[in-house]
Amino acid sequence: MSEQDTTAKAGDIAPEPDAAAPAASAPAASPLRRFFSSPAGRSIGLVIALGLLLVIGTVTAGDNFASIDNMLVILRLASVIGVVAIGVTFVITAGGIDLSVGSVLGLSSVVASLGAIQTASSGFWPLMVFVALAVGIVAGLTNGLIIAYGKVVAFMATLAMLVAARGLAELISQRQTQVVNNQGFLDFFRGDLLGISWVVWIFGLVAIGGWFLLNRTTFGRRTVAIGGNATAARLAGVNVKRHTMYLYMLAGACAGIAGTMMLSRTTAGTSTHGLLYELDAIAAVVVGGTLLVGGRGTIGGTVLGVLLFATLTNVFTQNNLSSSVQLVAKGIIIVVAVMLQQRFANREATTST
Amino acid sequence: MIEDDHPVSLLEVRGLTKSFGSARALKGVDLDVRAGEVHCVLGQNGAGKSTLIKTLSGAHQPDEGEIRWNGEQVTIENPVAALELGIATMYQELDVVDGLSIAENIYLGHELARGGVLSRREAAKRTRELMKRLGHPDLSPGREVGSLSPANQQIVSMARALSHDIKLMIMDEPSAVLDSEEVGNLFRVVEELTSQGIAVIYISHRLEEIERIGDRITVLKDGASQASNLPVEGTPTRELISLMTGTDIEHAFPERGEVSADAPVVLEVTDLALGKHFQDVSLSVRAGEIVGLAGLVGSGRSEILETVYGHRKATNGTVTVDGKRLRPGHVTDAVDAGVGLSPEERKSQGLLLEEPIYRNATLATFTRFAKGPLLDEAAERKATEEQMKALELRPAEPNRITRTLSGGNQQKIMLARWLIHGTRVLLLDEPTRGVDVGARMEIYRLIRNLADAGTAILIVSSEIEEVLGLADRIHVIADGRFLAERPATEIDEHGVLDLVMKGSAA
Repeated sequence: MSEQDTTAKAGDIAPEPDAAAPAASAPAASPLRRFFSSPAGRSIGLVIALGLLLVIGTVTAGDNFASIDNMLVILRLASVIGVVAIGVTFVITAGGIDLSVGSVLGLSSVVASLGAIQTASSGFWPLMVFVALAVGIVAGLTNGLIIAYGKVVAFMATLAMLVAARGLAELISQRQTQVVNNQGFLDFFRGDLLGISWVVWIFGLVAIGGWFLLNRTTFGRRTVAIGGNATAARLAGVNVKRHTMYLYMLAGACAGIAGTMMLSRTTAGTSTHGLLYELDAIAAVVVGGTLLVGGRGTIGGTVLGVLLFATLTNVFTQNNLSSSVQLVAKGIIIVVAVMLQQRFANREATTST
Repeated sequence: MIEDDHPVSLLEVRGLTKSFGSARALKGVDLDVRAGEVHCVLGQNGAGKSTLIKTLSGAHQPDEGEIRWNGEQVTIENPVAALELGIATMYQELDVVDGLSIAENIYLGHELARGGVLSRREAAKRTRELMKRLGHPDLSPGREVGSLSPANQQIVSMARALSHDIKLMIMDEPSAVLDSEEVGNLFRVVEELTSQGIAVIYISHRLEEIERIGDRITVLKDGASQASNLPVEGTPTRELISLMTGTDIEHAFPERGEVSADAPVVLEVTDLALGKHFQDVSLSVRAGEIVGLAGLVGSGRSEILETVYGHRKATNGTVTVDGKRLRPGHVTDAVDAGVGLSPEERKSQGLLLEEPIYRNATLATFTRFAKGPLLDEAAERKATEEQMKALELRPAEPNRITRTLSGGNQQKIMLARWLIHGTRVLLLDEPTRGVDVGARMEIYRLIRNLADAGTAILIVSSEIEEVLGLADRIHVIADGRFLAERPATEIDEHGVLDLVMKGSAA
């Protein structure tokens, strides 16, 4: 396919400032432009960026970086935020926003690791998982009801939940760290399948499930339709309010799952789990190519976005650079990625007569 | 009339071409505009009118061809350069900022300021002068633009253009948002401009408007000028239509079928009311019948349709379809009962512009195609393609992005959505807004065919002629009240307006 070599060129050209020059060579630029605005094309920039980071990591940190073990570390690092980001992708695709996912993650980790719950699950460890999931769903349901039926804008409703859920977690845990001593739970999550941690497998399953849900089901179609034009969806008979509620429940459920994963990674539940995760998740989703105004969402992009940030963190850690430098780099990446995407999206839009 | 002894044209365009990728939007456009004339540009959707305007206003750069301004060749690099030359453009979509005052809108981008501090008094004074010049001394400079009617917002938009020292004003379908009375005022403003020597390029679908105010006409077809500088007087409408479409059009409206007296009543509306928008609306539509609502802008026409559909929650009254009562405020009830609405604002209320055609066509039915929760996109595409062929929507590519279609074809997608759904009742709000002459006739024919197949249709349009030509029966409305019911053949446009005037006086 001819697209193969335009891809390679695109990677070289994209960061150059000469892309800003008016498209004098219109015929040459047009297939490239078209490719970049296709779903695969939008992600290709991310794949290239990720590849670039891997090269930088290998060059600067050598074998410490480029080892299977380290790759697994990166994946494990990405998994918790990844699961949160999948849920957020749905909400953003529908034109909403969920700022509460980080706090809900913390709350679900606290509730699931309560002494009483741990005792109750001593014979059956998955109960802890169900409890965490249920906490996430209930928090999401609350968000959804307030937004869809209470007509409060999503930003404010979930901001309120961000504050309240964090406070509730502190109240319940009395600001204590609750150590997980349920052996079944710990054994399962410490274990692996084919040498890959269960935490990573869960991320993979949630991502595949999310992709399927968004692209192959009526649920996904409704999500995209509401984000693209909520009035049109409503006038075509889509129950927009109910669906909006489901979306926040989904985001809450993902935060609940991530809460369990966090419990297993740190072997303790505390109210400070998931601090600022909502911002990391939103950044990964938008850098991945999901439109913040809704109407277009990509699970693959979100996964790439999450991996990009996790790899970046790892490269910095391996090179013993401060986390402050890392934050600056992260900020720059967010801006550059969003600017690149908008450039291609806008060009496509302005060509219609 | 304009004398022919003008030495040079104000604006001369020769052989303008413009391509977007492989699509050639303009393939050789010639245009001459003289000072103080109203030059109409006619053409179907996709004929290249928008591209031409954008090229003249500096938003696009032409590939070839030359633009002469007062006899000198110029390149218009950006909209600011166009304004500096003296070319102002009023786009179809109102480009005013709702939250700012009239004066702030007018001086937006070239604020009157001294050392960075706004001179509010000076701006207010000049705004008052501009408003007087435009025949609206009643609009005070401090009023918030969001609180104005569309017609008055347009006046603000025009005042902004006039606040620059302009010689040419381009108006892109300025009458689209106005009712007939407001159009009259617009025409007075246009005359005011031309009497000051300002030339106007006027773009409109409505031929009768062009006859009223135009001096000369240029017709575009498929990106090329089909005829340039025709005098309005002495060019019959028929000739213009055939230049635009390439065909002769005999009858605009399809013939009515017979609605048998025993056809069942499908839609029954009783005593419907919505707050202060409208009260006591009762009507019924039989299978195979087209009922029209005729009235002016603001009479509550669209609100009635939207309330019947459940988009707005009725404060009183009932809506039944096939004897089954719909809950007020529940669109899903209406859709399940087989009611479809093609809304007034296609783009903001009807379509997912960034999505492929088939997803728009099946927006009301994708769950029906789906197997359980799993989408069946192949079946959706197939059903869409069939409808596109039946609606003569070419090319029949269900995967095309909806934004790229012309207004007429977008309207067909809305019809296709409800055809696939198989509606018993179709509510059409402004079915031909932004649709060009050729495609209009096709849409009229489609609507009539649907009725002949047994669909009950309720139609609203700001063009009274359209309601009269299409409907079997009409209700005349003014100020949210039904004034009279007549068979469409027994009343004409003047009759409707008479009733409306009397009704609101009483």
